[in-house]
Amino acid sequence: MTEIIAVKADRLYKAFGRRPSEMVKKLSAGASRSEVSPLGTAAVIDASFEVKRGEIFVVMGLSGSGKSTLIRMLNGLLDATSGTVTVAGKPITGIPAKALREIRRSSISMVFQHFALLPHRTVIDNVAYGLEVQGIGREERLERARTIIRLVGLDGWADSLPSELSGGMRQRVGLGRALAADTDVLLMDEAFSALDPLIRREMQEQLIELQAELGKTIIFITHDLNEAMFLGDRIAVMRDGRIVQIGTPEEILTDPANDYVAQFVQDVDRARVLTASSVMEPVRSVVTINAGPRAALRTMRDLQTSATFVVNRDRTFAGVVRDRDVLRLVKAGETDLRTIIRDTATAVTPDTALVDLVEASVESDLPIAVVDEKNRLVGVIPRVTLLAAIGNVTTNTGELPVVEPAATISVSLITETLRETALEGAQL
Amino acid sequence: MNDFRIPLGTWVDGFIEYITDTFGFLFDIIRAVFDGAFEVVAFLLVAPPFWVIIVIAAALAYATRGWKFAVGSVVGLALIVGVDQWENAMDTLALVLVASLLAIAISVPLGILAAKSKAASSIIRPVLDFMQTMPAFVYLIPALILFRVGVVPGIVATIIFAMAPGVRLTELGIRGVDKEVVEAGQAFGASPWRILRQIQLPLAMPTIMAGINQVIMLSLSMVVIAGMVGAGGLGAQVVASLNRIDVALGFEAGLAVVILAIFLDRLTAALGTSDTPLGRFLGARKRGRQQALAA
Repeated sequence: MTEIIAVKADRLYKAFGRRPSEMVKKLSAGASRSEVSPLGTAAVIDASFEVKRGEIFVVMGLSGSGKSTLIRMLNGLLDATSGTVTVAGKPITGIPAKALREIRRSSISMVFQHFALLPHRTVIDNVAYGLEVQGIGREERLERARTIIRLVGLDGWADSLPSELSGGMRQRVGLGRALAADTDVLLMDEAFSALDPLIRREMQEQLIELQAELGKTIIFITHDLNEAMFLGDRIAVMRDGRIVQIGTPEEILTDPANDYVAQFVQDVDRARVLTASSVMEPVRSVVTINAGPRAALRTMRDLQTSATFVVNRDRTFAGVVRDRDVLRLVKAGETDLRTIIRDTATAVTPDTALVDLVEASVESDLPIAVVDEKNRLVGVIPRVTLLAAIGNVTTNTGELPVVEPAATISVSLITETLRETALEGAQL
Repeated sequence: MNDFRIPLGTWVDGFIEYITDTFGFLFDIIRAVFDGAFEVVAFLLVAPPFWVIIVIAAALAYATRGWKFAVGSVVGLALIVGVDQWENAMDTLALVLVASLLAIAISVPLGILAAKSKAASSIIRPVLDFMQTMPAFVYLIPALILFRVGVVPGIVATIIFAMAPGVRLTELGIRGVDKEVVEAGQAFGASPWRILRQIQLPLAMPTIMAGINQVIMLSLSMVVIAGMVGAGGLGAQVVASLNRIDVALGFEAGLAVVILAIFLDRLTAALGTSDTPLGRFLGARKRGRQQALAA
C-alpha cells in the first residue's frame, strides 16, 4: 500500500503574547513553557507529524495541552507563529487569505465540539452549507445534502431546525455538513465530548463505519483516552503544548514514552485496546505432527505441561494433544498423533481484542492459540498472561510462569515409559 | 489664580463659527435633504384620513404581535384623534421615523465596524459616551446656528442623542455571536462578508433589534426638546402648554406621546423575535418551498 501524506505539520509553534516570535526563539533554543510564561502563553511547541491518507489520527491531551490550538492551525483558523502546515501537498501557512479559503473549501473541513450549526437554518441547509460556500447551485447542493443526511441517519429531519434535535442528532448534522463538503481531510475538535456516553459510543462506531466506507483522512481531537484508543489508527499524546508520543494505541499502552503517558494510560480499558498479538507468548510447547507421540511426550516432560500444541508440516495449526492420550499411544506402540488430536483449543486471530478472549480462557484450561491469516500458529496466550495484561501487572511478561496447564503425570513416569517403549535405534 | 480660566467654550464657539462660514453650503444641502424627507413622510401620514392610518397601524400590530396589540393600537390612536392631537402626533411620528431611520442607517454600520476592529471600537466608545451624556439642549445651540430654526435641528439633535444604543447593541450583538459558529463559517471557506451576512447579522439580530428599539424610544423622548426649536408636532404643544401653564393641553399632548411610544416600542420589540403571526407565516412558507423542492 502506498502511503500518501494528507496532512503534514513541520515544527509548528503557536505563541500568544505581545512578542510571539521572541518566545518561539527562546522555546526552540530549549526554554520550557514556564520559562517563557512571563512573555505570554506558548500553546503549541515544536509539533511535527504526518497524517497518512485514510488514517484516523487522534490528538489526545488534557485541557490546556494545546490540542485545540494545534487543530486550528491545520486549517489556518489560527496562524502558526512558526513552522509549516501542508494539506494535500499544498502549504497553508503564509498564504493569502483568499488562497486559504480556497483550500478550506476544497480540501479540509471541520466538525466542532458544540456543533456550531447555523441555528436559523434547517438541517438540510446546514448540511449544504459547505457546498453553498463552494458556489454550487441550490438544486444540486440540496440533492447532495439529502444523500448525506441519509448517510448519517437523519432521514426525515431535513426540514427541522437544529433546536428541534437532540445533541447526538445535532452532531450528526455537524458531521454531515463536513462530509457534504466532500473534502479529503476532516478535522474533528472534541466532536463527541459534549454528548452523553451512550450516544458517544454510537457516534464513534458510526464514525469508524463511515471512515471505512468513505476513506476520509480524519484528525480527531479528544481528551478521552478510551475514545482515542477506540478511534485512532495512531495517537499523538500532547502535554503542555508538546507532543510527547506518537504511536498506535497498543504502542502507547504497552510502551509509554514517559511517566506522564504511562500514568495517563493506566486507567484505560486495556481489555478493549490490547489485542492478542500484543500479549501473546512464543509457543514453546509445540510439536510437528510427524514427530510422533514420543517427541510430544518428551516435550511435555521437558516443559512440565500436560498438553502440547500440534502443527502440520507447513506450520498450520492442527490442534492439541493431552499427556494421558499420548502416553496411551506410546504404550500401545502407535505412531500417529492424528488419532488423538483434540480441537478443544481455541484459535483466534492476532487482532482479537483481549476482552473477547476472556470467555475462551474461562472455558478451557488450555492456552489460547493465536493463528495468522494462513492459520499458522504464531503464539499462545495462557490464562495468566491474559490476566496480567488486563490487570497491567507487569510489562515484563518473560518472567511469568507461562507453563500451563500443569503436568498431571509425573516426570519419572514419562521417562520410564519412554525408556520401556524405546525401540531399537530410538534415541534416549 | 482667580484669573486663570481655560477658554474651552470660546474655542468651540470659534470652531462652530469657522465651520459655519466654510461649510455653510454643505449644511444647507443637509438641511434641504432632511427637510424634504420629513415633509414627504409627514405628508404621507397627514394627507390620508386618520382612519386609514389607524387601519394600517392595526394591521402592522396584528402581523407583529397578534390581535390584542391590534385592538390596543386602535383604541390608543383613536384616543389621540379624540383629544384633537392627530395632526401633531403624525408630525411627531414623521420626525421620529426620519430621525430613527437615519440614526439606524448610521449606527448599525458603525456598530459592525466597532465589532470587527478593536481600534475602531476604542475610538467610537468615548464619542458615544460624549453624545449620550452631553445634555441634549447643548447640541441644539450649534444645530440652530448650522440649520436655522425648524424641524432640521430637531432631527439632527435627535439623531446624535439617539444613535448611541444602536451602535452599542450592534457591536455587542455581533461580538456575542457564538465564536464556534463564526469559526464554522471560516472553516468551510466563507468570506468575511458572507459570514457577516449569513451568520453574524442573523444571529445578532435580536440584540440589534433591541438597539433599534432603543433608538426609536430615545428619538421619541427628544421630540419635546425638538419642539423648542420649532420642530412643531406634539413637542410644540408641550412647550406651548408649559409657557401658558395649560395643564389640560399639556396632559393631552403628553398622553399622545406616551401612546405613540408604547405603540412603537411594542411594534419594534416584536420584530426581534420570529414568534409572531408574520414570522410564523414566513417560516411556514420557507419550509413549504423546501418541501416542494424536495418532492
